[in-house]
Amino acid sequence: MPRIAITVDGIKHEEDVEPRLLLVHLLRDRLGRTGTPVGCDTTNCGACTVMLDGRSVKSCSVLAVQADGCDVVTIEGLGANGSLHPMQQAFHEEHALQCGYCTPGMVMAAIDLLRDDPDPSEETIRRGLEGNLCRCTGYCNIVRAVRRGAQEMGQAVRTP
Amino acid sequence: MTELDAGLVGEQIAESGQISEPDGAREIGRARRRKEDRRLLTGHTRWTDNLQQPGMLHVMFVRSPMAHARITRVDVSAARDLPGVVAAFSGRDFADEQGSLPCAWPVSEDIVIPDHPPMAVSQVRYVGEAVACVIATDRYRAADALEAVEVDYEPLPAVMDMNEALAPDSPKVHEAGNKAFSVTITSGDVEAALRDAPVVIDRTYVQQRLIPSAMEPRAVLASTDGDTFTLWSSTQIPHVLRVMLAVTTGIPEHRLRVIAPDVGGGFGSKLQVTAEEVLCLLLTRRLGVPVKWTESRSEGNLTVHHGRDQIQHLTLAAEADGRIRGLRVRLLADMGAYLMLVTPGIPMLGASMFNGIYKMDAYEFGCTGVFTTKMPTDAYRGAGRPEATFAIERIMDELAAELKMDPVEVRRRNWIGHEEFPYTTVSGLTYDSGNYEAATDRALALFGYDKLRAEQADRRDRRDPVQLGIGVSTYTEMCGLAPSRMLGMANYGAGGWEHGSVRMLPTGKVEVITGTSPHGQGHVTAWSQIVADSLGVPFDDVTVLHGDTAIAHKGMDTYGSRSLVIGGVAVLQACEKVKAKARKLAAHLLECSPDDLEFDGGAFTVRGTGSAKTIQELAFAAFTAHDLPEGVEARLDSDATFDPDNYSFPHGTHLCAVEVDTETGQARIRSYVAVDDVGRVVNPLIVRGQVHGGIAQGIAQALFEEAVYDADGNLLTTTMADYLLPSAADLPDFTTDRTETPSTGNPLGVKGVGEAGTIASTPAVVNAVVDALRPYGIDDIRMPCTPERIWRALEGARS
Ligand code: FES
Ligand code: FES
Repeated sequence: MPRIAITVDGIKHEEDVEPRLLLVHLLRDRLGRTGTPVGCDTTNCGACTVMLDGRSVKSCSVLAVQADGCDVVTIEGLGANGSLHPMQQAFHEEHALQCGYCTPGMVMAAIDLLRDDPDPSEETIRRGLEGNLCRCTGYCNIVRAVRRGAQEMGQAVRTP
Repeated sequence: MTELDAGLVGEQIAESGQISEPDGAREIGRARRRKEDRRLLTGHTRWTDNLQQPGMLHVMFVRSPMAHARITRVDVSAARDLPGVVAAFSGRDFADEQGSLPCAWPVSEDIVIPDHPPMAVSQVRYVGEAVACVIATDRYRAADALEAVEVDYEPLPAVMDMNEALAPDSPKVHEAGNKAFSVTITSGDVEAALRDAPVVIDRTYVQQRLIPSAMEPRAVLASTDGDTFTLWSSTQIPHVLRVMLAVTTGIPEHRLRVIAPDVGGGFGSKLQVTAEEVLCLLLTRRLGVPVKWTESRSEGNLTVHHGRDQIQHLTLAAEADGRIRGLRVRLLADMGAYLMLVTPGIPMLGASMFNGIYKMDAYEFGCTGVFTTKMPTDAYRGAGRPEATFAIERIMDELAAELKMDPVEVRRRNWIGHEEFPYTTVSGLTYDSGNYEAATDRALALFGYDKLRAEQADRRDRRDPVQLGIGVSTYTEMCGLAPSRMLGMANYGAGGWEHGSVRMLPTGKVEVITGTSPHGQGHVTAWSQIVADSLGVPFDDVTVLHGDTAIAHKGMDTYGSRSLVIGGVAVLQACEKVKAKARKLAAHLLECSPDDLEFDGGAFTVRGTGSAKTIQELAFAAFTAHDLPEGVEARLDSDATFDPDNYSFPHGTHLCAVEVDTETGQARIRSYVAVDDVGRVVNPLIVRGQVHGGIAQGIAQALFEEAVYDADGNLLTTTMADYLLPSAADLPDFTTDRTETPSTGNPLGVKGVGEAGTIASTPAVVNAVVDALRPYGIDDIRMPCTPERIWRALEGARS
């Protein structure tokens, strides 16, 4: 069984994994990082989105062995010292979650989207989140939250 | 109702996106950010699949690839021999103990409720039906074992079409035939209304089958200590489930605890007693270790009950001026292969709603439930009411077209005037309150109706390849399920009351227990607001517990937009009882008469003096119990059960503008305006969220989603790649506003909101699509109105 080294939310792990083990199952079943949920089996829903070396990936479409040597940030590792990341805060303010099942993936995808366009239009946000499905909110508040999160994050960057 | 009530006292959010706050310290009406969010946003969740137990094993089910077949052989021995596999069983192994999955709603005398074994024993009747199960040390090993189970089938003919199923020579799904039940309801003389009516409109509409698709797939974890059993399930109904599982499995109810931890959406799909829940309990009983099953999405598309699936035949008779004389409805409702918890009740929930908000003297409703070899149908957001509302709102547009009248005008001529409430409709319901005029006027103004009509006329004149369609839907619905008495009359197997319990803790904090079981609705926040106002305690000092039958002893759970209108009211009533007790205690301690006390800001003050006791002080005094008056027991707490006298009837007007590209058939929503009246509002942010989500699901039915089976009974839409849930890119922004006509049916004045958006939006969108195409002589497009369907209709019209 291959042995991999992987950092998850700042903690280093070494694990023996079956080659077929999905990253999301490594996180959930082996490392107890259950904040990242699974919503489908065809990589359509985006619920499982995490950051892999700084870019968002659907962790159900990555094998654990492929993440060998990588740095993974999940929703649980996003906020610093118990405070919410500005995007998490924006989701709260704009009521951009109901059941919350899509939320971890949605927040991760939203943060990644801002790397390409720090001040996205509604159109850009809607297209950028196409790979993340939400069944509860109808997306309006998610779009608002991403805009608000973008503003807050832009502010944070500008304020030294 | 006052002018103010009828007017626009709701949130003014349409233009600014902001929600106005109520004056003063009142919590009710405030856009409180949700208490639920933080855990969910930081991943500290308790989804059932997150849970682990020492020694826990994983269950997977072998499912039938055949729609209809006799099982001739099941061999699990090879699977049992695989590494990591602990056990494997066929349906036969559980034949004596698994019972039959319950149907709690025998809607008619003639109903046929077939035996429904959780794991098929001798025959399968839909693709996906469980025939065997494997139990292994982890998911991957269980998946391997599935492959090693051998099952032989002797195929039987699939029964896929409702009309064909009812033909005398059709193959039978069940021994007793393919008719599950038939019901007829009549009011007034429809024959006479139809006879020599100046206008008669006759239409058939198809409600396609839908897959509810909550984002959290179902999951079940069952464990036992040999004496008691605990079942965690991603369910909307822990309380109902406990009773039903006890009856089905024979595990005594008092030794069974059901927990709904965090539940990731339901929309009716988790209002069910499932085969997997029964079987996990039986497996933990047999194996003595905890077992967990988590469905894959593909498995869920096959085996989570489906929604809708009706063929609706309507005949509407009207006068030349557009006033409706009467309506006849003939419904075929696809039950699928079995009757599940409330399968036959779904079309019946629409039985009294086809007349919508309109006055008429004659109404006839006939419904036949039909067995087919498909996944059973059951509750999906709106459950019977979206179907009914769609049909009446579609045919109102046809009536308008026939009379060359504006569709809003034809509605105006028929709807119940705001001064006519309470109003008893032709189908026998009494609508307590409403103001259709106010909601419609507001919606028309926000939408810019006249301007869009002018643009439409212009595009028609220019023969613009992109045509504009405008769709309206003026809906009401019956929700807040339900008065127990009425449910009894409808032969439903349970009541519709709800329970709430309010406990002041020694430190002055408040613990609320609700029998409702939220899965995204925000009960913790809203109930906190109700309690904060009633007891005068800070919002942050209230906690709300739910979803565990060992904590919430009584409850009827969450569905049918019932939680606030019944469960929220129960909590309010419990607060009132707490205050009554606190008043007695305060009077005793302050040495005055209870009548001399006034309650304000969380304290009882002796009128005209400064002496007072806060509710927190009283909670502590009731805890120490050192000095209680005669007849007052220790602890400041109480509970209440609320059972309403009537349903709640939210209403509203939704308007949709659609651009249809006549060359490609693509329909794109340009703008969407919803003005809903859900009575008084506890939290406008939550209400708006419910409306948004509801509209999205209704649009999804209109434009995107359909569960498709082929002629052999194979589901073709098993994945999210095939069953098209709309993404953010597929939907527009929605403009929402409210009017506020308080319900007279409960002390909060609230009406249900969970299903309203879905009920309203589907006909608004399809009416818009058809409106765009009407100049081409097209008067219907079957849902979902895909580019292909629209393009084909245009091709047909052109040739
Ligand atoms: S679970 Fe990974 S995309 Fe759906
Ligand atoms: S909040 Fe429930 S799926 Fe998005």
